[in-house]
Amino acid sequence: MRIGDVFAYAYGGVVGYRLRSLLMLFAMAVGVASVVVLTGLGEGARRYVTGEFASLGTHLLIVLPGRNETTGGAPPLLGETPRDLTLDDALALQRSAAIRRIAPVTVGSAPVSFEQREREVITIGTTADFLHVRQLKILSGRFLPQTDPRRAASICVLGGKLKRELFGNRSAVGNWVRVGDRRFRVVGVLASEGRAIGIDLEDMVVIPVASAQALFDTPSLFRILVEARSQSLIPRAKQQISEIIRARHEGEDDVTVITQDAVISTFNKIFTALTMTVGGIAAISLAVAGILIMNVMLVAVSQRTAEIGVIKALGATRGTILALFVTEAGVMAAVGAVLGLALGYAVSATVGQVYPVLSITAPLWASASALCLAIVLGLVFGVLPARRAAALDPIAALARR
Amino acid sequence: MITLSGATRDFVVGEQTVHALNDVNLEVDAGEYIAIVGPSGSGKSTLLNAIGLLDRLSKGTYRLEDHDVTGLSNDELAQIRREKIGFVFQFFHLIPRLTAARNIELPLTLAGIDPAERASRVAAVLKDYGLADRSQHRPDQLSGGQRQRVAIARATVTRPRLLLADEPTGNLDRASGNEVVHILERLNDDGITLLMVTHDPDLANRARRKIRMVDGAIESDTQVTAR
Repeated sequence: MRIGDVFAYAYGGVVGYRLRSLLMLFAMAVGVASVVVLTGLGEGARRYVTGEFASLGTHLLIVLPGRNETTGGAPPLLGETPRDLTLDDALALQRSAAIRRIAPVTVGSAPVSFEQREREVITIGTTADFLHVRQLKILSGRFLPQTDPRRAASICVLGGKLKRELFGNRSAVGNWVRVGDRRFRVVGVLASEGRAIGIDLEDMVVIPVASAQALFDTPSLFRILVEARSQSLIPRAKQQISEIIRARHEGEDDVTVITQDAVISTFNKIFTALTMTVGGIAAISLAVAGILIMNVMLVAVSQRTAEIGVIKALGATRGTILALFVTEAGVMAAVGAVLGLALGYAVSATVGQVYPVLSITAPLWASASALCLAIVLGLVFGVLPARRAAALDPIAALARR
Repeated sequence: MITLSGATRDFVVGEQTVHALNDVNLEVDAGEYIAIVGPSGSGKSTLLNAIGLLDRLSKGTYRLEDHDVTGLSNDELAQIRREKIGFVFQFFHLIPRLTAARNIELPLTLAGIDPAERASRVAAVLKDYGLADRSQHRPDQLSGGQRQRVAIARATVTRPRLLLADEPTGNLDRASGNEVVHILERLNDDGITLLMVTHDPDLANRARRKIRMVDGAIESDTQVTAR
């Protein structure tokens, strides 16, 4: 029998029994669509999170006190603790040609009050370059001025939410607020940026780093944000940071430098694994659809015994009948899978319309493997019913009306 | 053309062995017109199925056109059925989802014949059997007589040498039945060997040779002169 005729006959079997074919196509389509949508969601989440990290700033490096790796050797009998990261360490980093800007950061929590209103908020001590490094925007007034970072000026910049809660609709700039036990003059208000990884930028107050160190009575920094001159200079910047700090810390490698790339690639890995997992779970529904194909084809074989008897009498060999029924299952799986892809993309597009933030687009590998898996399952699960059809006794098959 | 010697077909039913065919010897020449008659369960259909290679003999040998076909494999038997034998059934056994033309085309399709060749041969038999205007109808849109004509067209489109009919008129009214019989006889006149199982004595008397079966054996084998 010609291959084209095998397909035509199988196709005839699919469209000839509409209800069962539609139900099966539906099952297969739902399976494939769920793979497409779930992997799309995973992929969307991955992009969302890495996008958030990317929005932290460009070419960003973060210097943390303390090491994140241990080495072998003698146990620290002398109670070795990492040295503090100081403001002088931060300023020393400016020597590196690979570095454009630095922003030392001290973080603490302090009550901020104006008249009778008081709020406990995160207080960030930093310098003027923080604005650029974190890519923040000013709503009114200005940010911290470019002055000597060691000077503890009594000025502050409020987050948007904090400003609203303390001042309502009144103008805040120029007023004095109390932060902890000191008074600061408000010089600016930050524009709304929403949340960005960990710290609510709406609900904070920014003061000069030296003021924060005095306020919290600590010489150390929480971290130093460093902006490299370009993407390609990030590795050199990282190396130079380590060298400068090591020279200042008596040869000890006691800081950790995280590049934004490393953070992003870690999240990339996590979310890719997550996508694979949900894709795998969705693939189980494909397998269920495959078993359904087997069921439906078994029913088809018992419904069509007379037909099988006739084509046997007309000279169809075992192999021909096997091919006809396996192809029918395969055609059904393939059509169902294509419908499922369409359905999946339609759902993804709809969700994309409703939540533009979370763009869900299934990765190509997921769509392709769902399609292939569906067809393979259709063929594999089509074999058993087809074998049963091929093994039918033509006389018994024809004896039925 | 057909030589059966010592043909036996046993079925095991429960603990008993039933001889559906019991030591049947039969010689059929090319071009004969034979009616097989007998009561229900006498082995008529089993004989027809054995001759049609749908069934295997338990014992004995079967030679078809001077070839021993007794021990051939299933696929070899399928090929002989495809090339040499046509079947007509009481219940027509058309495939319901296919049009008349597609049903007739089916054996040619199974044989892997070129589509253009198939189309011309199907068109020719449709015309022969007066079905040209019914070619695109499905079986449920045809009358009983038309269905059986489609079935005969399907059985003969491969130009077989042997045509086996199991109660071809059993499910038809008299007029349609006569029409079908005339078609079968015309085919026989053109040289096809026709074996027909029937309950209908009138029909059996039209055949040139009448084989009466009882209990799996040939009780009488008579040449009928009048037609």
